[in-house]
Amino acid sequence: MRPARSVMKRIIVLVLLLLAAMPARAQDAFLTALPGLGGGFGAQVEAVERLGALGDPRALPALRALSEGRLLRLADGTLLIRDGATQVNAATGAPQQAAEADTQRININNRVRGALRGALGQLQIISPDPDERFAAAEAIFRSRNAANVPLLEAALARESVPRVRERIALALAASRLVASDPAAKLAGITALGATASPEARSILLEARAANADVLPQIEAAVADIDRRLAIRRVAETAFQGLSLGSVLLLAALGLAVTFGVMGVINMAHGEFVMLGAYTTVIVQDLARDIPWLQPWSLPLAVPMAFLVTAAIGAAMERGLIRHLYGRPLETLLLTFGVGMMIQQAVRLAFGAQNREVISPPWMQGTLMLPFDVPVTANRLWILCFSLVIFALILAAIRMTRFGLEMRAVTQRRAIAAAMGIRTGRVDALTFAFGSGIAGIAGVALSQIDNVSPNLGTGYIIDSFLVVVFGGVGSLAGTLIAAFGLGVINKMLEPWAGAVLAKVFVLVAVMVFIQRRPRGLFPQKGRAAEA
Amino acid sequence: MTETSKITRRVALAGLTTALTAPAFRPSFAQAAPIKVGVLHSLSGTMAISETALRDTVLMMVEAQNAKGGLLGRRLEAVVVDPASNWPLFAEKARELLQVHKVDVTFGCWTSVSRKSVLPVFEELNGMLFYPVQYEGEEESKNIFYTGAAPNQQAIPAVEYLLGPDGGEAKRIVLLGTDYVYPRTTNRILRGFLNSKGITDADIMEEYTPFGHSDWQGIVARVKRFAGEGKKTAIVSTINGDANVPFYRELGNQGIKAEDIPSVAFSVGEEELAGIDTRPLVGHLAAWNYFMSVQSPANTEFKALWQAYIKNPRRVTNDPMEATYTGFNMWAQGVAKAGTTAVDAVRPAVIGQTFAAPAGYTETMLPNHHLSKPVMIGEIQADGQFNIVYKTPEVVPAENWSRFIPENANRRRG
Amino acid sequence: MDTAQPSRARLGLRAVMITAVAILAIFPLLNQLPADNVFHVSDFLVSVSGKWICYAILALSLDLAWGYAGILSLGHGAFFALGGYAMGMHLMRLIGPRGSYGHPVLPDFMVFLGYQELPWYWLGFNHFSFAMLMVVAIPGLLALVLGWLCFRSRITGVYLSIITQAMTYALMLAFFRNDMGLGGNNGFTDFKELLGMPLNTGAARISLFYASLIALVASYLFCLWITGTKYGRVLTAIRDAESRVRFLGYNTTSHKLFAFVASAMMAGIAGALYVPQVGIINPGEFSPGNSIEAVIWVAVGGRGTLVGAVIGAFSVNGLKTWLTSAAPDLWLFVLGGLFVAVTLFLPKGLVGLLQGRAK
Repeated sequence: MRPARSVMKRIIVLVLLLLAAMPARAQDAFLTALPGLGGGFGAQVEAVERLGALGDPRALPALRALSEGRLLRLADGTLLIRDGATQVNAATGAPQQAAEADTQRININNRVRGALRGALGQLQIISPDPDERFAAAEAIFRSRNAANVPLLEAALARESVPRVRERIALALAASRLVASDPAAKLAGITALGATASPEARSILLEARAANADVLPQIEAAVADIDRRLAIRRVAETAFQGLSLGSVLLLAALGLAVTFGVMGVINMAHGEFVMLGAYTTVIVQDLARDIPWLQPWSLPLAVPMAFLVTAAIGAAMERGLIRHLYGRPLETLLLTFGVGMMIQQAVRLAFGAQNREVISPPWMQGTLMLPFDVPVTANRLWILCFSLVIFALILAAIRMTRFGLEMRAVTQRRAIAAAMGIRTGRVDALTFAFGSGIAGIAGVALSQIDNVSPNLGTGYIIDSFLVVVFGGVGSLAGTLIAAFGLGVINKMLEPWAGAVLAKVFVLVAVMVFIQRRPRGLFPQKGRAAEA
Repeated sequence: MTETSKITRRVALAGLTTALTAPAFRPSFAQAAPIKVGVLHSLSGTMAISETALRDTVLMMVEAQNAKGGLLGRRLEAVVVDPASNWPLFAEKARELLQVHKVDVTFGCWTSVSRKSVLPVFEELNGMLFYPVQYEGEEESKNIFYTGAAPNQQAIPAVEYLLGPDGGEAKRIVLLGTDYVYPRTTNRILRGFLNSKGITDADIMEEYTPFGHSDWQGIVARVKRFAGEGKKTAIVSTINGDANVPFYRELGNQGIKAEDIPSVAFSVGEEELAGIDTRPLVGHLAAWNYFMSVQSPANTEFKALWQAYIKNPRRVTNDPMEATYTGFNMWAQGVAKAGTTAVDAVRPAVIGQTFAAPAGYTETMLPNHHLSKPVMIGEIQADGQFNIVYKTPEVVPAENWSRFIPENANRRRG
Repeated sequence: MDTAQPSRARLGLRAVMITAVAILAIFPLLNQLPADNVFHVSDFLVSVSGKWICYAILALSLDLAWGYAGILSLGHGAFFALGGYAMGMHLMRLIGPRGSYGHPVLPDFMVFLGYQELPWYWLGFNHFSFAMLMVVAIPGLLALVLGWLCFRSRITGVYLSIITQAMTYALMLAFFRNDMGLGGNNGFTDFKELLGMPLNTGAARISLFYASLIALVASYLFCLWITGTKYGRVLTAIRDAESRVRFLGYNTTSHKLFAFVASAMMAGIAGALYVPQVGIINPGEFSPGNSIEAVIWVAVGGRGTLVGAVIGAFSVNGLKTWLTSAAPDLWLFVLGGLFVAVTLFLPKGLVGLLQGRAK
């Protein structure tokens, strides 16, 4: 009879438990929905949607924790929110500490993440923080749900910040489009059609199938958006071209000094760029333990990279290259050998794997320029950075004594020496200067490319072409060549594909050089014949 | 000519002559007759970034096997060469391993072209190669064991997932790839598969980029535009190793979230992610047959062995490393079964071997020289690891000749 | 350089060349000796030296352009690769129905990329004579066009080097594209036969070895003859002072053009012999690094001396083959260091050392 008794016991316990849970369910939909967050992906989605619709602010911490991977589950199903070192119970909000081994982190997938975005939007639209409200409106806009119409109408009515208002209005329009009220639908279409947003266009196109009755209005709204987008697209392509140009410019500037001014074919130029990128990695690693330094690690890496690569450049010039002046093609051979050694040394010291470079927050994400032209932050910064570096180099060459001596030595070495300029020292400094600029380029390139020992190899040929195309010895030529080639490349890309666009550009440059062998901005006088 | 420069020249000459006449190609005489294990992975050049970890994996396995007393009572000895990411050099080094060093087995190659380059050499000299990377299939050689995935073990299940409810029920697919044979073939197979699922060519965008492509602005913008046509869109990426970091950076910076346009990659693993800040990429997917985050006793052992060998508790493991590990064990089991290292005896002994792989499943070497493997789909997490959101309940046998390529229709399936 | 040498040193160099060729010529015979014989040459050394001979021809061709005509081409690898591709197309056509899909005409890569018929530019390559014509015609034509454009507008020195480098880079990118119908990144592999000879046999390897050796000797004699004629002297004069030669009334453009085209054709032949021996041709051969390496062989051996080019190709490649196995982590240091040392201490290359001794 023992089994029967134990069954009885279980039933009694179950009934008691149910009784205990009953009032909770009746009173508190929040507590009933919450455990679903610890279930399978399907249960999670359901729970998230219910919690979002409840509008209960108590759900906010749990949902946030879930989306950020801070929601933990104990063996008995209790949910905890981890907040730094402390843990709180998700249902009660009371502190509750559990051992690491007893907790299991709750994982989510994309479907849950999508549901979370909508729910968090619903809950945060009443937040006191305008940034949060803006993000919430954005989230609702993307997750569009007819049930949100009243919520958004209320939110719009009390909103005072213009940019948040605008977002809420858009989200409302999108939600109205999926609502069943025909008048609301038309209002939604009109509001969406007045934007220049690709997302709004996408929502309108998606709505076509279900709304045969208002199809002409939808088509008209899409056409409206398309007209605005066409202008934006041109601006986008132009920016992409300028951005590519800025990368080319950065990579080529150092070479414009060592090759353009001094005539040294430095095949290790790419390796100097790579060393600059690795300097960034080292500076960031060192700054990792110093909190106040961390946000400044990238700006700090710029002078460090300059110093490191300039020092190596100076050593290389004094130790090796100076023995080969007047034999440019042999420096090619020598520097190729040096490049091989630098690359392998870095590979042995740091490993062949990619190294992680942290992007500071101000270099992440997309910025909106006037007329809603989206540009990625890192590329915009690099574009500005390349122009600043260019201006500094120009100033250094035009306005400083070092620049004057440098020009004197490269133009008439013997006469410069006779005037008392220490030509050897100027040579070393010039080469160090060019190498340092390559290092600076490495800092910037670490933000868009792999930091691996092969980093530099990809840029060397393009750099030489830019310098030659612009006219050896002309910094302005290098600038115009870099941006020109970048823009042309990006204009061709949609037509020809990335590879052919590049091939076309290469062929075009080759043909151009046939016609104007000295580049865009040829140097005049006897120096040009050397 | 000055005296010093004469001397330097003499020294240089002497150095060179010794270098050239040193025992370069003299056949090495076997001392205690160790079993020789060739390691044919690039240690320099563009592929070093991926392949050095595999070299280390093989060296780790050799060391571990020797600690267990070797094989057949003989010590194992690794012969490492550097084919330097140069494909003809791969063929030359393969020949050297087989003819000069007389290796009993070779672990090596990453790219398809390197495998294609050494294949005739292994067939001519009857060597044995274990190839550990997922590839496009459409090949079968009696001298090669393929321990990575065939397309049906990676690409097709992953796309099926994207089309399903958990993957977001994608209706449009962007096929992005590096322009070489693996993406081309895989995408051809996928196109056939998508068409069979009712997705027409108008809803498929296909684009190829060169190796090491670093400027993804235009392509990512076009993907956004393609996705803005009112149908749920997903990206299937066969972008090769090096180009992934700039691609993902651009994806993150242009604000493409996994909830809106999920992407699934076939060549991005833990090693590749080690170079990026993955926070903006959370939720993007990768399909493999193994993730470091797999919970299994075999995986715990594998990870511990690796991190102890490499002396770095932060180094990650990845799928090709696991495939190398599994392949090595299967070879060792085959040698033990055959009682010899002779290729012709080991080959039949390896077929049918089973091994409890770190992936947490028992994998079998099939008669078509490929493995049966589980398929897993993982979402990128903020810490650079993968959260496994799907795995097949059973292992999937490899189909190296794809059924979605019409020319294979008449081929018998193994 | 050559013209300034005392004739004794010059004869000494020729003796070196003759000895080297003689030693190479008996390699396959030494291969037949029992393995424990001191003079035994391993199978591997035979096959790898066949490859080096091709490199030596490439080095010779580069030396003709650079050492004698002063045209430093950083894109000679492109001519080599084009010759190789022409040969590769022939070898692919010869596979016929033996491919893994059993298609009677189309190579495997076309079958699985879904080609329905052979692209027009593949026609004719099934004939050996047509393919051999293309081996020299394609590189020659490219050199003719590029050379004509460059020399006519008097592009010299560094500019020319960078244009040739851009050329090979552009070709590499283009050949990487699968849409070219030339196998993309994988290029061509899995060749079966040539002139009815199965390629994976010792007999084929020895035949190709001798064919390469004969080509090397022929190229050497051709260069020797060219550089000895009046034309050759004008060429050297152009190298040393182009403007003066032009002012003396010589048409420097056509002189340089001839040398450049002849050199490209030689490189094409080298590539054609190389492909069946290594069993693969792919766009990697176009990579600018390969062309720079070829320049380095010539510089290490001694620019402007034909023997130097040959010695450079053999020594650098021998060193590379040995070191990539003997010191897989450090070989780049040794090789890189060698390039640095040679440019600093041996401006005339290894041959300079030999000449120094002869004096």
